[in-house]
Amino acid sequence: MKVLVPVKRVIDYNVKVRVKSDQSGVDLANVKMSMNPFDEISVEEAVRLKEKGAAEEVVVVSIGPQQAQETLRTALAMGADRGILIKTDDTVEPLAVAKILKGVVEAESPDLVILGKQAIDDDSNQTGQMLAALLDWPQGTFASEVVLEDGKAKVTREIDGGLQTLELQTPAIVTTDLRLNEPRYASLPNIMKAKKKPIDEKAPGDYGVDTAPRLSVVKVTEPPVREAGEKVEDVATLVSKLKAKGAI
Amino acid sequence: MAVLVLADHDNSALSDATHKTVTAAKAFGGDIDILVAGKGAGDVAAAAAKIDGVRKVLHAEGDAYEKQLAEAMEALIVPLMSGYDALFSPATTMGKNVTPRIAAKLDVMQISDITGIEGTDTFERPIYAGNAMMTVKSSDAKKVVTVRGTAFDAAGEGGSASVETVDAPAGPFKSAFVEEKIVQSDRPELTSAKTIVSGGRALGSKEEFDRLMIPLADKLNAGIGASRAAVDAGYAPNDYQVGQTGKIVAPELYIAIGISGAIQHLAGMKDSKIIVAINKDEEAPIFQVADYGLVADLFTAVPELTEAL
Repeated sequence: MKVLVPVKRVIDYNVKVRVKSDQSGVDLANVKMSMNPFDEISVEEAVRLKEKGAAEEVVVVSIGPQQAQETLRTALAMGADRGILIKTDDTVEPLAVAKILKGVVEAESPDLVILGKQAIDDDSNQTGQMLAALLDWPQGTFASEVVLEDGKAKVTREIDGGLQTLELQTPAIVTTDLRLNEPRYASLPNIMKAKKKPIDEKAPGDYGVDTAPRLSVVKVTEPPVREAGEKVEDVATLVSKLKAKGAI
Repeated sequence: MAVLVLADHDNSALSDATHKTVTAAKAFGGDIDILVAGKGAGDVAAAAAKIDGVRKVLHAEGDAYEKQLAEAMEALIVPLMSGYDALFSPATTMGKNVTPRIAAKLDVMQISDITGIEGTDTFERPIYAGNAMMTVKSSDAKKVVTVRGTAFDAAGEGGSASVETVDAPAGPFKSAFVEEKIVQSDRPELTSAKTIVSGGRALGSKEEFDRLMIPLADKLNAGIGASRAAVDAGYAPNDYQVGQTGKIVAPELYIAIGISGAIQHLAGMKDSKIIVAINKDEEAPIFQVADYGLVADLFTAVPELTEAL
């Protein structure tokens, strides 16, 4: 079987973002970018399926500027076989991403698409579910365990209150949660080998998708800043302060 | 205008998140109907009918709705949306799972995790782990949003809406429920708890986590939370995780114990009314958001605090 893994290039999770003073967005100039952490988990899961013999080929796809090729190379160095870069300098919303990915799925016919549960830049948590809807495939979101057996995917999900296991017919969509696995680091030899793996270049138009945004950004502002508090000497002082505030 | 609110429940009780979503729907405007889809969820439908400001409750019953599987919920909700201008859902794991599927079928963009409403097409939501607030204007004919519970008060009781039964497609669907492992707890549910005590990696082990955190939580009748580091180390179940990818909480009092205060953790708790931090590293970022900081060894400070309450 074939596994398709969409990956997104985002601001590195350790970077403290700065809101632009003209309120048009977040400053992305000269900021370290990386693969979205949830997508690393998706790539890792797909590569593990390949190592177990459950998958023959892992294809990674990214939608974004030319630099998103670096994100694809990272995935190839982790063990994916080939990449597809769908080049656009525009911001593409989850709905349009899902439509483009539907086109990729129709061209590639994977049995499984593994996405991250959310991107840490827009925090939407939508793309996988939307793709499942557009394809009429079942979805296993927020997965912390995936088992493939007899044409079915058994997915254990992180839900409010605990864990839930579902059985999905394949082809299916899975979105990854943090506890699905520990992504590997790409070794230097694998980074060198990844340079030779193929990356196809495409455009959103190749899939007939209009990427015009449905949501226009009115403004982006700093969140309200909390007043810095005070350090207290000891537990007794803490308790009396909290009592005075009516907090305890 | 009419808004359909998706109820979050466990077939016996309505979650607090639903009441908060109704408040958001009121700010949006129009008539508010609540959809209760479940199995044996009659009591839930009756409870939803008592929420103030609700026009009617739509009650759908079926095996596939017991666990609100996304594929079944889509089949149920998409046809109903012809009569509504908006779908509002709590941003719980149920809402996050189901709602985008419906948005895609309606060919509209979802607006996730809204924290504010400025009219019928303009919404505020946090991005970048809450480090920026974005206001967006939607050009879609129908609005599909998920609501961040901590940003809205719970709607009160006092309503007496009618309950209507709606036919629920029976499937077959491409997914089936196998099992659930729910963390048994008598403690207040994290997202609605008034007080939360939260532990981090510095607690060192599951034994120490339980030994120190449980008595303190008992004294305060508090929910227990944890940082991702503590969860990953196995000190606490995943369900306790507070942060960007875990639960978003905003209690009256949040006590962070042995938590450094990474960006991703702060995303889940920085809207708490009062934040207390106990940490022996005075440089820990958590002290920048704490109202009261105590630089101390938690292994002595926490028992002392428990004793003093």
